[in-house]
Amino acid sequence: MTQSNLLRHVGAALIACAMQPMAAHAATPADLQAAYGALSGTAAAPDRGQQLFTTPHGREWSCASCHGSVPTQPGKHASTGKPIAALAPAFNPERFVDAAKTEKWFRRNCNDVIGRECSAAEKADVIAWLRTFK
Amino acid sequence: MTHRNAFPRKCWAVVVALVASHAALAGDDRRAPGVAPLPKYKQECTACHVAFPPGMLPADSWRRLLGNLPHHYGTDASLDTATANELAAWLAANAGTYKRVREAPPEDRITRSAWFIRKHDEVPSAVWKRPAVKSAANCAVCHTQADQGDFNEHTVRIPR
Repeated sequence: MTQSNLLRHVGAALIACAMQPMAAHAATPADLQAAYGALSGTAAAPDRGQQLFTTPHGREWSCASCHGSVPTQPGKHASTGKPIAALAPAFNPERFVDAAKTEKWFRRNCNDVIGRECSAAEKADVIAWLRTFK
Repeated sequence: MTHRNAFPRKCWAVVVALVASHAALAGDDRRAPGVAPLPKYKQECTACHVAFPPGMLPADSWRRLLGNLPHHYGTDASLDTATANELAAWLAANAGTYKRVREAPPEDRITRSAWFIRKHDEVPSAVWKRPAVKSAANCAVCHTQADQGDFNEHTVRIPR
């Protein structure tokens, strides 16, 4: 097992552990940010989250390609055209309230946008940025 | 002429009703049988696209799609194993067996099936390129009842 694989597995276990007392849908965006922040060992930075979200990473899409660069408004799937509800939690109470769903979408979308999974620090940064919208 | 009156008037009502019901049936898309979608299928798949009726692809196509979700037409649509298995079983049980659906289309794309192309042959190519349409997979933009599994041409509204 490589070091990064080890970190990833330990990280996943920690996230699962941190979220265990909460049933699905019982987490809050602040809880999830705190859990990712604790894993990364660094304070979340909203401006880094914005940078990650709105710029492409050597591939066709950025996060904003589907979610829009103003995440308080609905976006549109870049290939299928399907509407995507707003991502900022203050504008959509269904966002970042389920740890498993949050992990699933970070995994998929970071793979699509960056070509790898996002680190815990990156996830905390993005949630921190999305939480700045009131 | 008396034989015209031999056909009782009330029987005409039956004929009219039969013709009307036949016309209604002819408008139905029989490749999209009204299988109620598995709630989890709807929940997972409609995050990105309309819940394509399982009868629109053969079992072989669904098996390949569900076996390769991390590489799903250019995006990572990966699911946990338990969910993927549940969806795969339901799709296998409800896949298309109608003769025109039995053969897997190129790339397992519904939109490349011979029946799909024929059904849409009156749609000019420029329509597919309109920003509002974007993709042939964006069924619901024209088929206004697609999210209900209804692809009847009478409910089609093509955006400008």
